[in-house]
Amino acid sequence: MYRGREGMWSWILHRVTGLGILLFLAIHIVDIYLLGWPDVFNKLLFLYRHPVFRVAEVFLVAAVLYHALNGLRILLVDFWVEGTRLHRQIFWVQVGIFLLIWIPTAFLMLSPVVFGR
Amino acid sequence: MRVVLKIKRFNPERDREPYWAEYEVDVEPVDRVLDALEYVKWHLDGTLAFRRSCAHGICGSDAMLINGRNRLACKVLVKELGARITVEPLRGFPVIKDLVVDMEGFFAKYRAIKPYLINDEPPPETERRQSPEERARFDDTTKCILCAACTTSCPSFWANGEYIGPAAIVNAHRFIFDSRDRGAAERLAVLNARLGVWRCRTIFNCVEACPRGIDVTRAIAEVKRALLFSSL
Repeated sequence: MYRGREGMWSWILHRVTGLGILLFLAIHIVDIYLLGWPDVFNKLLFLYRHPVFRVAEVFLVAAVLYHALNGLRILLVDFWVEGTRLHRQIFWVQVGIFLLIWIPTAFLMLSPVVFGR
Repeated sequence: MRVVLKIKRFNPERDREPYWAEYEVDVEPVDRVLDALEYVKWHLDGTLAFRRSCAHGICGSDAMLINGRNRLACKVLVKELGARITVEPLRGFPVIKDLVVDMEGFFAKYRAIKPYLINDEPPPETERRQSPEERARFDDTTKCILCAACTTSCPSFWANGEYIGPAAIVNAHRFIFDSRDRGAAERLAVLNARLGVWRCRTIFNCVEACPRGIDVTRAIAEVKRALLFSSL
């Protein structure tokens, strides 16, 4: 860690969310592979219906969303002439867009768990 | 004004690991950290080792990690830091002793980008002329004093010490975009290598660290774009 400004945090989050998505993809490949044994697959489906998994999915959405938006920010920094000068402002705009999409999505995803429908 | 200087010390001939030493020093608020370090060396503990040469922010010898930021000890005043000042050697370089780090690898990378004018065309009668606009194209990167504050704040460099690092790229930029220079292709070939500019992850620590206020990441981005689009 050096000073912990926007650039450093955006990079750390990009790495962490990238690893998180990779972990999910690994699990996903294994569970789809299990379709070869429908009995096993169906028996394991309770895992996906578990509230804890739903909460984890909300964070998966967060990881994919952040990683995607930050990728766009990096494109701007790399290719737009003003990108390096305005990288901090772009980061906070990115955070705003992230919250604007993530909070309603999280609400929609969690309301069946919280309110039972 | 009484300040406590907390210095990370290491003598490879005696110590197994670095340790913290504290020194109480009386200084003026407008004294620099370098003055406090010199007070320690001259009056309290002569074994303290650090580099300094011009002591006026030009030679780039006394970059160190001061209160968590890479700065020149000769350019930061005690009053900006308060009563407790923490001083460590630059990160990512082998420590030779105390605050003196081994910069040989750093300068090897600097030499690798050929930091001198390359132009085999016959010299004109007078000088090689350049318009103010052509000069302005690389003005920012002429300011580098090779203090290594940028390179040692870079996580890509911490992760892989073979990465050519922001300082070398800045100095390559200074010649690549110089209208009088003809060596851009040679330099870009060095920077296009696996351990060249593409290891930059646009973390911007280098910009935070540069005591000369160089927009380092912008210079790196311009080199990247030059490689992608051959637009000089």
